[in-house]
Amino acid sequence: MASARPRLAVWKFASCDGCQLSLLDCEDELLAVTDRLEVANFREASSAVVEGPYDLSLVEGSVTTPADVRHIQEVRAESRVLVTIGACATAGGIQALRNFADIEEFRRAVYARPEYIETLATSTPIADHVRVDFELRGCPISKAQLLEVISAFLLGRAPNVPNESVCIECKRRGNVCVLVARGTPCLGPVTQAGCGAICPAYDRGCYGCFGPQVTPNVPAMMAKLREVGLAPLPMHQVFRTFNALAPAFRAAADATVTSEGTHR
Amino acid sequence: MTERTVRVEYLARVEGEGALTVRVRDGSVENVELRIWEPPRFFEAFLRGRAYGEAPDITARICGICPVAYQMSACHAIERALGLEVPRALRDLRRLLYCGEWIESHALHIYLLHAPDFLGYPDAIRLAKDHPEAVATGLALKKAGNALLTLLGGREIHPVNVRVGGFYRVPTREELSPLEPVLEDAFLAAERTARFAAGLAFPKVEEDYEFVALRAPDGYPMNEGEIVSSRGLRIPQERFEEEFEEVQVPYSHALQSRRRGGGPYLVGALARYALNRDRLPPRTQHLVAEVGLEPEVRNPHRSILVRSVEVAFACEEALRLLRSYGPPDRAWVEPPDGFAGGVGRAVTEAPRGILYHRYDLGADGRIREAKIVPPTSQNQSQIEADVRHVVVGAIDRPDPELADACERAIRNHDPCISCATHFLKLEVDRG
Repeated sequence: MASARPRLAVWKFASCDGCQLSLLDCEDELLAVTDRLEVANFREASSAVVEGPYDLSLVEGSVTTPADVRHIQEVRAESRVLVTIGACATAGGIQALRNFADIEEFRRAVYARPEYIETLATSTPIADHVRVDFELRGCPISKAQLLEVISAFLLGRAPNVPNESVCIECKRRGNVCVLVARGTPCLGPVTQAGCGAICPAYDRGCYGCFGPQVTPNVPAMMAKLREVGLAPLPMHQVFRTFNALAPAFRAAADATVTSEGTHR
Repeated sequence: MTERTVRVEYLARVEGEGALTVRVRDGSVENVELRIWEPPRFFEAFLRGRAYGEAPDITARICGICPVAYQMSACHAIERALGLEVPRALRDLRRLLYCGEWIESHALHIYLLHAPDFLGYPDAIRLAKDHPEAVATGLALKKAGNALLTLLGGREIHPVNVRVGGFYRVPTREELSPLEPVLEDAFLAAERTARFAAGLAFPKVEEDYEFVALRAPDGYPMNEGEIVSSRGLRIPQERFEEEFEEVQVPYSHALQSRRRGGGPYLVGALARYALNRDRLPPRTQHLVAEVGLEPEVRNPHRSILVRSVEVAFACEEALRLLRSYGPPDRAWVEPPDGFAGGVGRAVTEAPRGILYHRYDLGADGRIREAKIVPPTSQNQSQIEADVRHVVVGAIDRPDPELADACERAIRNHDPCISCATHFLKLEVDRG
């Protein structure tokens, strides 16, 4: 019976749409998922909207406008379980680079017509605003992990999403270590697994798009990166990309600031 | 005096957040506003100071549906700035990657976003209950496109293998060959898609579009070619900003483009097809003839059919590139020594139409300034014009019906609002 199915809602804040697209990219599983969950509110996929409350809300994107600040409260209020999906929702996303911009420069910055634009000075994760039941990392998230989160919800258990480092996945995949064997700068040791160690598998270093792993040894990572050489990237930019507000990456970038306020 | 306002507060089945307001006064359309309220993300502002090598990965995050388009335009523009020539074999591999994105993006729009409009369903999930074979074909096609992206790029959304100068790693012949039967099946699925689309009932509309697309000496355009229009424009990619300008409107978070001294224009599948149909390869030409596609499609509802033809093209082209593939001797080429800084511009054909990037690089390899003009901001004015015509033709219909017709007029062009919104230009006054 259709009405007996738990109701799914998918919400969007500031983002690229890629993480909600990940659900539609589950080509083999999509119709099975929608057999078990009623798609009650998913604007990108459907023009039919069922009023809340919702049993499972997937939230993509970060909070960047005054309207977002109000809207996320409404979403929380009508969601039994709220899961944030992706780097924007869990760590502010690439658009959080505005948080580190020289505020004076932004004050002097003039839009063509700034009065038309309503935006906050910061981009912040959803958990800065409301209680979040589970955070799924990644830029973008992994489809397999998304399906695991949905399955876990349906079965009433905790999702099995490892918080170990990319190195563990990299070894399982049988990759040669790009950092040790080739001296390629790689954030794998401090980055959470989930992508399948794709960057090392394609002969490049990990750039940290899943955010920090559970116990990252950032000072050791930075020492190794300095040893192999990072030019032309300054160290703070290495950690200020898609998960710049994740605490460990934020601290790593902050640690590069000298007492004169410049970056080393 | 009577005044009537029709609003669609949240456009469904488009990528991103937008709304539409139509005001009718005394029986005539006063104004149509496609309002993009998705917040700006300021890519052009925070790209300043980043290393050029980061631009393909950073700009990919503008759009989860067409990240490869951003990677392609970024790489080509930066390579022009560096004076870097990328060899044919690597350019072919880029074209193969782009085929994957065209297939995935078009299949998403055809089946999951657009087809429900013609068959009277709110979404593809409910459409699948009554037309399981059609939705299964769509998902299989989408999966084939994503398989190509995953193999060449590492993953389907925000692929990791693209870099300035080429790729991080190029595949072996053995890695690619399993894709041949996948793409052969996908071509057959694309044929079924075109036949399915040709059988839909199309509202009768004829729009007077100025089509703008790339056109190359050979092949249907993706990464190469001049900018041409159906009204005789023919310019190199580098002159994009001389011919097209962006204006800011008070109700939208995206800039709108127009021809300088002219009006709206249309980019995307309809434009590419109208300006390049002679470049389609043989099996796709055969399909065009079979489904009776007119030489220029000016009914925007029929864009579903043109996208189907482009999916067939992308499958046929991918097969050609797969069969002739031999691994290039280098995965990427390095820029020449002694770079003293400079500006590079490039246009490539994203699934939704031409995507322009310009980068001004310092001698240290950092980005001094970036400008990005996505296809949906270019199409915005034309989409508003289409909606205006819909309203004029259906002014006597009740609000919900009229709103529905307007929403369909917007979806015809597969707008990607996430792309369009992020480009409010920051003009920095450094005093």
